[in-house]
Amino acid sequence: MAIDIDVEKRLGDRLIAARFSAGPGLTALFGPSGVGKTSILNMVAGLLRPDRGHIRIGARALFGDGIDLPPEARRIGYVFQDGRLFPHRRVRANLVYGHDLTDPAKRWMSLDEAVDFLGIGDLLGRWPASLSGGEAQRVAIGRALLRGPDCLLMDEPLSSLDAARRGDIMAVIERIRDELKLPILYVSHDRAEVDRLATSVIALDT
Amino acid sequence: MLSAEEWGIVALSLKVGGIAVLATLPLAFALAWLLARRSFPGRVLLDGLVHLPLVLPPVVTGWLLLIAFGPFGPAGRWLESWFGVSLMFRWTGAALAAAIMALPLMVRAMRLSIEGIDRRLEGAARTLGAGRWHCFWTISLPLALPGVLAALVLGFARSIGEFGATITFVSNIPGETRTLPLAIYSALQVPGAEAMVTRLALLSVALSLGALVLSEWLVRRTHGGRRLRGD
Repeated sequence: MAIDIDVEKRLGDRLIAARFSAGPGLTALFGPSGVGKTSILNMVAGLLRPDRGHIRIGARALFGDGIDLPPEARRIGYVFQDGRLFPHRRVRANLVYGHDLTDPAKRWMSLDEAVDFLGIGDLLGRWPASLSGGEAQRVAIGRALLRGPDCLLMDEPLSSLDAARRGDIMAVIERIRDELKLPILYVSHDRAEVDRLATSVIALDT
Repeated sequence: MLSAEEWGIVALSLKVGGIAVLATLPLAFALAWLLARRSFPGRVLLDGLVHLPLVLPPVVTGWLLLIAFGPFGPAGRWLESWFGVSLMFRWTGAALAAAIMALPLMVRAMRLSIEGIDRRLEGAARTLGAGRWHCFWTISLPLALPGVLAALVLGFARSIGEFGATITFVSNIPGETRTLPLAIYSALQVPGAEAMVTRLALLSVALSLGALVLSEWLVRRTHGGRRLRGD
Protein backbone atom coordinates (compact mmCIF):
# COMPACT_ATOMS: atom_id res chain seq x y z
CA MET A 1 0.00 0.00 0.00
CA ALA A 2 1.54 3.28 -1.11
CA ILE A 3 1.27 6.55 0.75
CA ASP A 4 0.94 9.42 -1.72
CA ILE A 5 1.80 12.82 -0.43
CA ASP A 6 1.82 16.17 -2.17
CA VAL A 7 1.38 19.02 0.28
CA GLU A 8 2.23 22.64 0.77
CA LYS A 9 1.91 24.61 3.96
CA ARG A 10 3.02 28.07 4.94
CA LEU A 11 3.89 28.41 8.64
CA GLY A 12 4.91 31.96 9.42
CA ASP A 13 7.60 32.81 6.87
CA ARG A 14 8.52 29.17 6.27
CA LEU A 15 7.15 27.24 3.33
CA ILE A 16 6.91 23.51 3.87
CA ALA A 17 6.46 21.61 0.64
CA ALA A 18 6.80 17.90 -0.01
CA ARG A 19 5.86 15.56 -2.80
CA PHE A 20 6.70 11.90 -2.62
CA SER A 21 5.26 8.43 -2.62
CA ALA A 22 6.18 5.99 0.12
CA GLY A 23 5.96 2.30 -0.69
CA PRO A 24 6.02 -0.71 1.60
CA GLY A 25 8.60 -0.96 4.36
CA LEU A 26 10.04 1.94 6.28
CA THR A 27 10.37 5.24 4.47
CA ALA A 28 12.66 7.64 6.27
CA LEU A 29 12.15 11.39 5.98
CA PHE A 30 15.68 12.50 6.57
CA GLY A 31 16.98 16.02 6.96
CA PRO A 32 18.23 18.65 9.40
CA SER A 33 15.89 19.98 12.07
CA GLY A 34 13.70 22.83 10.94
CA VAL A 35 12.82 21.61 7.46
CA GLY A 36 9.31 20.67 8.57
CA LYS A 37 9.57 16.89 8.88
CA THR A 38 7.24 16.80 11.87
CA SER A 39 4.83 19.16 10.12
CA ILE A 40 4.58 16.69 7.25
CA LEU A 41 3.69 13.87 9.65
CA ASN A 42 1.14 16.15 11.36
CA MET A 43 -0.46 16.86 7.99
CA VAL A 44 -0.72 13.13 7.26
CA ALA A 45 -2.22 12.53 10.73
CA GLY A 46 -4.73 15.35 10.27
CA LEU A 47 -3.36 17.49 13.10
CA LEU A 48 -2.19 20.21 10.69
CA ARG A 49 -4.15 21.33 7.67
CA PRO A 50 -2.17 21.71 4.40
CA ASP A 51 -2.81 24.85 2.35
CA ARG A 52 -3.14 22.72 -0.76
CA GLY A 53 -2.32 19.31 -2.13
CA HIS A 54 -3.45 15.78 -1.45
CA ILE A 55 -2.72 12.87 0.86
CA ARG A 56 -3.77 9.32 -0.03
CA ILE A 57 -3.16 5.90 1.44
CA GLY A 58 -3.66 3.30 -1.28
CA ALA A 59 -7.03 4.20 -2.78
CA ARG A 60 -8.20 6.01 0.36
CA ALA A 61 -8.09 9.80 0.15
CA LEU A 62 -7.36 11.52 3.45
CA PHE A 63 -7.03 15.03 2.11
CA GLY A 64 -7.55 16.88 -1.16
CA ASP A 65 -10.30 17.41 -3.74
CA GLY A 66 -12.65 18.72 -1.07
CA ILE A 67 -11.90 15.85 1.32
CA ASP A 68 -10.37 16.58 4.71
CA LEU A 69 -10.86 13.66 7.07
CA PRO A 70 -10.60 14.53 10.76
CA PRO A 71 -7.73 12.77 12.59
CA GLU A 72 -10.07 10.27 14.24
CA ALA A 73 -11.24 9.00 10.83
CA ARG A 74 -7.79 8.53 9.26
CA ARG A 75 -6.76 5.33 11.06
CA ILE A 76 -3.11 6.21 11.16
CA GLY A 77 -0.92 5.24 14.09
CA TYR A 78 1.25 8.06 15.37
CA VAL A 79 4.22 7.50 17.68
CA PHE A 80 5.37 10.85 19.01
CA GLN A 81 8.86 11.89 19.95
CA ASP A 82 7.93 12.19 23.63
CA GLY A 83 5.56 9.21 23.87
CA ARG A 84 2.68 11.43 24.85
CA LEU A 85 0.98 8.84 27.05
CA PHE A 86 -2.14 9.98 28.91
CA PRO A 87 -0.89 10.75 32.43
CA HIS A 88 -4.24 10.06 34.11
CA ARG A 89 -4.62 6.54 32.71
CA ARG A 90 -2.65 3.46 33.63
CA VAL A 91 -0.66 1.67 30.92
CA ARG A 92 -3.47 -0.77 30.17
CA ALA A 93 -5.99 2.06 29.76
CA ASN A 94 -3.53 3.89 27.50
CA LEU A 95 -3.09 0.80 25.33
CA VAL A 96 -6.80 0.14 24.82
CA TYR A 97 -7.78 3.80 24.32
CA GLY A 98 -7.70 3.59 20.53
CA HIS A 99 -8.48 -0.13 20.43
CA ASP A 100 -11.85 0.46 22.09
CA LEU A 101 -12.66 3.18 19.55
CA THR A 102 -11.88 0.95 16.57
CA ASP A 103 -14.45 -1.08 14.67
CA PRO A 104 -13.70 -4.73 15.68
CA ALA A 105 -13.59 -5.67 11.98
CA LYS A 106 -10.73 -3.21 11.42
CA ARG A 107 -8.59 -4.38 14.33
CA TRP A 108 -5.71 -6.64 13.42
CA MET A 109 -4.06 -7.05 16.80
CA SER A 110 -5.45 -7.93 20.22
CA LEU A 111 -4.25 -6.47 23.51
CA ASP A 112 -2.57 -9.78 24.41
CA GLU A 113 -0.77 -9.94 21.05
CA ALA A 114 0.47 -6.37 21.40
CA VAL A 115 1.63 -6.98 24.97
CA ASP A 116 3.55 -10.11 23.86
CA PHE A 117 4.96 -8.43 20.78
CA LEU A 118 6.36 -5.56 22.81
CA GLY A 119 7.17 -7.43 26.02
CA ILE A 120 5.26 -5.01 28.24
CA GLY A 121 3.24 -7.49 30.31
CA ASP A 122 4.76 -6.24 33.58
CA LEU A 123 3.81 -2.64 32.91
CA LEU A 124 0.03 -2.89 32.51
CA GLY A 125 -0.84 -1.69 36.01
CA ARG A 126 1.69 1.15 36.12
CA TRP A 127 1.13 4.89 35.70
CA PRO A 128 2.94 6.48 32.73
CA ALA A 129 4.95 8.82 34.95
CA SER A 130 6.62 5.82 36.57
CA LEU A 131 7.90 4.39 33.26
CA SER A 132 11.42 4.77 31.90
CA GLY A 133 11.85 6.39 28.48
CA GLY A 134 12.21 3.03 26.72
CA GLU A 135 9.18 1.53 28.50
CA ALA A 136 7.05 4.56 27.71
CA GLN A 137 8.01 4.39 24.02
CA ARG A 138 7.06 0.69 23.86
CA VAL A 139 3.67 1.49 25.36
CA ALA A 140 3.23 4.37 22.90
CA ILE A 141 4.02 2.01 20.00
CA GLY A 142 1.56 -0.56 21.38
CA ARG A 143 -1.15 2.09 21.73
CA ALA A 144 -0.67 3.11 18.09
CA LEU A 145 -0.66 -0.51 16.81
CA LEU A 146 -3.82 -1.37 18.74
CA ARG A 147 -5.68 1.30 16.80
CA GLY A 148 -5.43 -1.10 13.83
CA PRO A 149 -3.83 1.54 11.58
CA ASP A 150 -3.13 1.33 7.84
CA CYS A 151 0.29 2.86 8.38
CA LEU A 152 2.47 4.12 11.18
CA LEU A 153 3.99 7.57 11.62
CA MET A 154 7.06 7.79 13.83
CA ASP A 155 8.54 11.14 14.81
CA GLU A 156 12.11 10.62 16.07
CA PRO A 157 10.94 7.88 18.47
CA LEU A 158 14.51 7.23 19.67
CA SER A 159 15.64 10.78 20.39
CA SER A 160 14.79 10.73 24.10
CA LEU A 161 16.47 7.36 24.77
CA ASP A 162 19.95 6.31 25.81
CA ALA A 163 22.10 4.15 23.51
CA ALA A 164 21.11 0.78 25.02
CA ARG A 165 17.38 1.51 24.81
CA ARG A 166 17.77 2.78 21.26
CA GLY A 167 18.95 -0.66 20.17
CA ASP A 168 15.92 -2.30 21.83
CA ILE A 169 13.40 0.00 20.22
CA MET A 170 15.13 -0.23 16.82
CA ALA A 171 14.71 -4.01 17.01
CA VAL A 172 10.99 -3.51 17.73
CA ILE A 173 10.67 -1.17 14.76
CA GLU A 174 12.39 -3.70 12.47
CA ARG A 175 9.91 -6.34 13.56
CA ILE A 176 6.98 -4.02 12.85
CA ARG A 177 8.45 -3.43 9.40
CA ASP A 178 9.24 -7.10 8.64
CA GLU A 179 6.76 -9.22 10.63
CA LEU A 180 3.69 -6.97 10.71
CA LYS A 181 4.49 -5.55 7.23
CA LEU A 182 3.11 -2.19 8.27
CA PRO A 183 4.22 0.75 6.11
CA ILE A 184 6.08 3.24 8.29
CA LEU A 185 6.81 6.90 7.69
CA TYR A 186 9.78 7.66 9.89
CA VAL A 187 11.23 11.06 10.69
CA SER A 188 14.85 11.32 11.77
CA HIS A 189 17.95 13.48 11.57
CA ASP A 190 20.27 10.64 12.59
CA ARG A 191 22.22 9.03 9.73
CA ALA A 192 22.97 5.77 11.59
CA GLU A 193 19.30 5.20 12.50
CA VAL A 194 18.22 5.78 8.94
CA ASP A 195 20.93 3.48 7.52
CA ARG A 196 19.84 0.67 9.78
CA LEU A 197 16.05 1.00 9.52
CA ALA A 198 15.08 2.56 6.22
CA THR A 199 13.82 0.67 3.19
CA SER A 200 13.93 3.93 1.27
CA VAL A 201 15.05 7.41 2.15
CA ILE A 202 13.57 10.75 1.22
CA ALA A 203 16.05 13.53 1.83
CA LEU A 204 14.53 16.88 2.72
CA ASP A 205 16.44 20.11 2.72
CA THR A 206 15.59 23.75 3.04
CA MET B 1 -21.75 25.36 71.60
CA LEU B 2 -24.20 26.81 69.08
CA SER B 3 -27.84 27.62 69.77
CA ALA B 4 -30.68 26.35 67.55
CA GLU B 5 -30.90 29.78 65.94
CA GLU B 6 -27.19 29.73 65.16
CA TRP B 7 -27.39 26.25 63.70
CA GLY B 8 -30.21 27.50 61.50
CA ILE B 9 -27.97 30.32 60.30
CA VAL B 10 -25.15 27.90 59.48
CA ALA B 11 -27.51 25.53 57.68
CA LEU B 12 -28.95 28.39 55.62
CA SER B 13 -25.47 29.61 54.73
CA LEU B 14 -24.39 26.14 53.60
CA LYS B 15 -27.58 25.76 51.56
CA VAL B 16 -27.21 29.16 49.87
CA GLY B 17 -23.49 28.61 49.17
CA GLY B 18 -23.94 25.03 47.97
CA ILE B 19 -26.79 25.79 45.59
CA ALA B 20 -24.97 28.89 44.33
CA VAL B 21 -21.78 27.06 43.27
CA LEU B 22 -23.48 23.94 41.93
CA ALA B 23 -25.84 25.99 39.77
CA THR B 24 -22.99 28.20 38.56
CA LEU B 25 -20.58 25.36 37.82
CA PRO B 26 -21.66 24.55 34.21
CA LEU B 27 -21.81 28.23 33.23
CA ALA B 28 -18.47 28.97 34.89
CA PHE B 29 -16.83 26.03 33.13
CA ALA B 30 -18.24 27.06 29.76
CA LEU B 31 -16.97 30.62 30.28
CA ALA B 32 -13.56 29.37 31.41
CA TRP B 33 -13.30 27.11 28.35
CA LEU B 34 -14.37 29.91 26.02
CA LEU B 35 -11.85 32.35 27.49
CA ALA B 36 -9.03 29.79 27.58
CA ARG B 37 -9.49 28.23 24.16
CA ARG B 38 -11.41 30.45 21.76
CA SER B 39 -10.71 33.80 20.26
CA PHE B 40 -13.79 35.69 19.17
CA PRO B 41 -14.86 39.31 18.87
CA GLY B 42 -15.87 40.64 22.26
CA ARG B 43 -13.60 38.27 24.16
CA VAL B 44 -11.99 41.09 26.13
CA LEU B 45 -15.42 42.50 26.95
CA LEU B 46 -16.69 39.11 28.14
CA ASP B 47 -13.58 38.67 30.26
CA GLY B 48 -14.23 42.10 31.78
CA LEU B 49 -17.90 41.33 32.48
CA VAL B 50 -17.04 38.06 34.20
CA HIS B 51 -14.51 39.81 36.41
CA LEU B 52 -16.67 42.84 37.13
CA PRO B 53 -18.18 41.53 40.41
CA LEU B 54 -14.63 41.14 41.72
CA VAL B 55 -13.92 44.87 41.52
CA LEU B 56 -17.36 46.48 41.64
CA PRO B 57 -18.60 47.61 45.07
CA PRO B 58 -20.85 44.70 46.14
CA VAL B 59 -23.63 47.13 46.95
CA VAL B 60 -23.67 48.13 43.27
CA THR B 61 -23.92 44.49 42.21
CA GLY B 62 -26.82 44.08 44.65
CA TRP B 63 -28.52 47.19 43.31
CA LEU B 64 -28.14 45.97 39.70
CA LEU B 65 -29.70 42.64 40.74
CA LEU B 66 -32.53 44.56 42.39
CA ILE B 67 -33.18 46.46 39.17
CA ALA B 68 -33.02 43.34 37.00
CA PHE B 69 -34.91 40.93 39.26
CA GLY B 70 -37.23 43.32 41.07
CA PRO B 71 -40.99 43.19 40.35
CA PHE B 72 -40.55 45.71 37.51
CA GLY B 73 -37.19 44.51 36.24
CA PRO B 74 -36.98 42.60 32.96
CA ALA B 75 -35.68 39.35 34.50
CA GLY B 76 -38.02 39.66 37.49
CA ARG B 77 -41.11 40.12 35.32
CA TRP B 78 -40.09 37.23 33.09
CA LEU B 79 -39.59 34.85 36.05
CA GLU B 80 -42.88 36.00 37.58
CA SER B 81 -44.98 35.53 34.46
CA TRP B 82 -43.43 32.25 33.28
CA PHE B 83 -42.74 30.44 36.53
CA GLY B 84 -44.60 32.49 39.11
CA VAL B 85 -41.30 32.82 40.96
CA SER B 86 -39.80 35.85 42.60
CA LEU B 87 -36.26 35.95 43.98
CA MET B 88 -36.89 39.10 45.98
CA PHE B 89 -36.39 38.63 49.74
CA ARG B 90 -36.00 34.86 49.23
CA TRP B 91 -33.05 32.59 49.96
CA THR B 92 -32.91 31.82 46.21
CA GLY B 93 -32.13 35.50 45.66
CA ALA B 94 -29.32 35.22 48.21
CA ALA B 95 -28.01 32.23 46.25
CA LEU B 96 -28.13 34.25 43.01
CA ALA B 97 -26.19 37.12 44.59
CA ALA B 98 -23.65 34.66 46.00
CA ALA B 99 -23.34 32.94 42.61
CA ILE B 100 -22.62 36.21 40.80
CA MET B 101 -19.98 37.14 43.34
CA ALA B 102 -18.37 33.68 43.18
CA LEU B 103 -18.37 33.48 39.38
CA PRO B 104 -15.11 35.39 38.71
CA LEU B 105 -13.15 33.28 41.19
CA MET B 106 -14.53 30.04 39.77
CA VAL B 107 -13.86 31.06 36.16
CA ARG B 108 -10.29 32.08 37.03
CA ALA B 109 -9.46 28.79 38.77
CA MET B 110 -10.93 26.67 35.98
CA ARG B 111 -9.39 28.76 33.24
CA LEU B 112 -5.92 28.25 34.70
CA SER B 113 -6.37 24.50 34.81
CA ILE B 114 -7.76 24.40 31.25
CA GLU B 115 -4.81 26.45 30.02
CA GLY B 116 -2.54 23.97 31.79
CA ILE B 117 -3.76 21.00 29.74
CA ASP B 118 -1.11 19.73 27.32
CA ARG B 119 -3.00 20.10 24.05
CA ARG B 120 -0.70 17.63 22.34
CA LEU B 121 -2.37 14.94 24.45
CA GLU B 122 -5.65 15.89 22.84
CA GLY B 123 -4.01 15.57 19.42
CA ALA B 124 -2.75 12.11 20.35
CA ALA B 125 -6.27 11.10 21.42
CA ARG B 126 -7.68 12.30 18.11
CA THR B 127 -5.22 10.19 16.09
CA LEU B 128 -6.35 7.21 18.20
CA GLY B 129 -9.92 7.64 16.99
CA ALA B 130 -11.47 9.98 19.53
CA GLY B 131 -13.87 12.60 18.17
CA ARG B 132 -13.95 16.05 19.73
CA TRP B 133 -16.51 15.17 22.43
CA HIS B 134 -14.97 11.85 23.33
CA CYS B 135 -11.62 13.58 23.59
CA PHE B 136 -13.18 16.21 25.86
CA TRP B 137 -14.79 13.72 28.24
CA THR B 138 -11.87 11.29 28.42
CA ILE B 139 -8.82 13.58 28.18
CA SER B 140 -9.49 17.30 28.62
CA LEU B 141 -12.04 17.19 31.45
CA PRO B 142 -10.19 14.63 33.61
CA LEU B 143 -6.98 16.64 33.20
CA ALA B 144 -8.79 19.84 34.20
CA LEU B 145 -10.64 18.19 37.09
CA PRO B 146 -8.41 19.31 39.99
CA GLY B 147 -8.93 22.92 38.87
CA VAL B 148 -12.69 22.40 38.62
CA LEU B 149 -12.85 20.99 42.15
CA ALA B 150 -10.67 23.81 43.44
CA ALA B 151 -13.02 26.29 41.77
CA LEU B 152 -15.99 24.65 43.50
CA VAL B 153 -14.38 24.92 46.94
CA LEU B 154 -13.17 28.47 46.37
CA GLY B 155 -16.55 29.57 44.99
CA PHE B 156 -18.29 27.96 47.95
CA ALA B 157 -16.08 29.81 50.42
CA ARG B 158 -16.74 33.08 48.61
CA SER B 159 -20.49 32.37 48.56
CA ILE B 160 -20.89 31.79 52.29
CA GLY B 161 -18.98 35.01 52.94
CA GLU B 162 -21.17 37.13 50.65
CA PHE B 163 -22.53 40.25 52.36
CA GLY B 164 -22.96 43.48 50.40
CA ALA B 165 -24.80 42.28 47.31
CA THR B 166 -26.97 39.96 49.40
CA ILE B 167 -28.17 42.53 51.93
CA THR B 168 -28.85 45.03 49.14
CA PHE B 169 -30.73 42.58 46.95
CA VAL B 170 -32.67 40.37 49.38
CA SER B 171 -32.36 42.27 52.66
CA ASN B 172 -31.65 40.64 56.03
CA ILE B 173 -34.57 38.37 56.93
CA PRO B 174 -34.08 35.86 59.75
CA GLY B 175 -34.52 32.28 58.54
CA GLU B 176 -34.76 33.33 54.88
CA THR B 177 -31.80 35.47 53.82
CA ARG B 178 -29.83 35.94 57.05
CA THR B 179 -26.63 34.04 56.27
CA LEU B 180 -23.51 33.98 58.46
CA PRO B 181 -22.09 37.42 57.63
CA LEU B 182 -25.53 39.04 57.82
CA ALA B 183 -26.16 37.40 61.18
CA ILE B 184 -22.82 38.66 62.47
CA TYR B 185 -23.71 42.15 61.28
CA SER B 186 -27.12 41.97 62.98
CA ALA B 187 -25.66 40.65 66.22
CA LEU B 188 -23.19 43.52 66.24
CA GLN B 189 -26.15 45.94 66.39
CA VAL B 190 -27.55 44.27 69.51
CA PRO B 191 -25.98 45.02 72.90
CA GLY B 192 -24.88 41.89 74.75
CA ALA B 193 -24.59 39.60 71.71
CA GLU B 194 -20.79 39.66 71.71
CA ALA B 195 -20.56 35.95 72.51
CA MET B 196 -22.70 35.10 69.48
CA VAL B 197 -20.60 37.37 67.28
CA THR B 198 -17.45 35.63 68.47
CA ARG B 199 -18.85 32.14 67.84
CA LEU B 200 -20.13 32.98 64.35
CA ALA B 201 -16.95 34.84 63.43
CA LEU B 202 -14.75 31.93 64.52
CA LEU B 203 -16.98 29.62 62.51
CA SER B 204 -16.53 31.87 59.47
CA VAL B 205 -12.77 31.84 59.85
CA ALA B 206 -12.73 28.04 60.18
CA LEU B 207 -14.94 27.49 57.12
CA SER B 208 -12.97 29.91 54.94
CA LEU B 209 -9.58 28.63 56.03
CA GLY B 210 -10.69 25.03 55.51
CA ALA B 211 -11.90 25.84 52.02
CA LEU B 212 -8.66 27.61 51.09
CA VAL B 213 -6.51 24.75 52.34
CA LEU B 214 -8.67 22.20 50.54
CA SER B 215 -8.60 24.11 47.26
CA GLU B 216 -4.82 24.59 47.45
CA TRP B 217 -4.41 20.86 48.10
CA LEU B 218 -6.61 20.03 45.12
CA VAL B 219 -4.62 22.30 42.81
CA ARG B 220 -1.29 20.85 43.93
CA ARG B 221 -2.58 17.33 43.68
CA THR B 222 -3.18 17.45 39.90
CA HIS B 223 -1.66 14.14 38.92
CA GLY B 224 1.18 13.93 41.38
CA GLY B 225 -0.83 11.80 43.76
CA ARG B 226 -1.61 9.21 41.15
CA ARG B 227 2.00 8.99 40.11
CA LEU B 228 3.04 8.12 43.63
CA ARG B 229 0.38 5.46 43.94
CA GLY B 230 1.61 3.96 40.66
CA ASP B 231 5.15 3.42 41.90
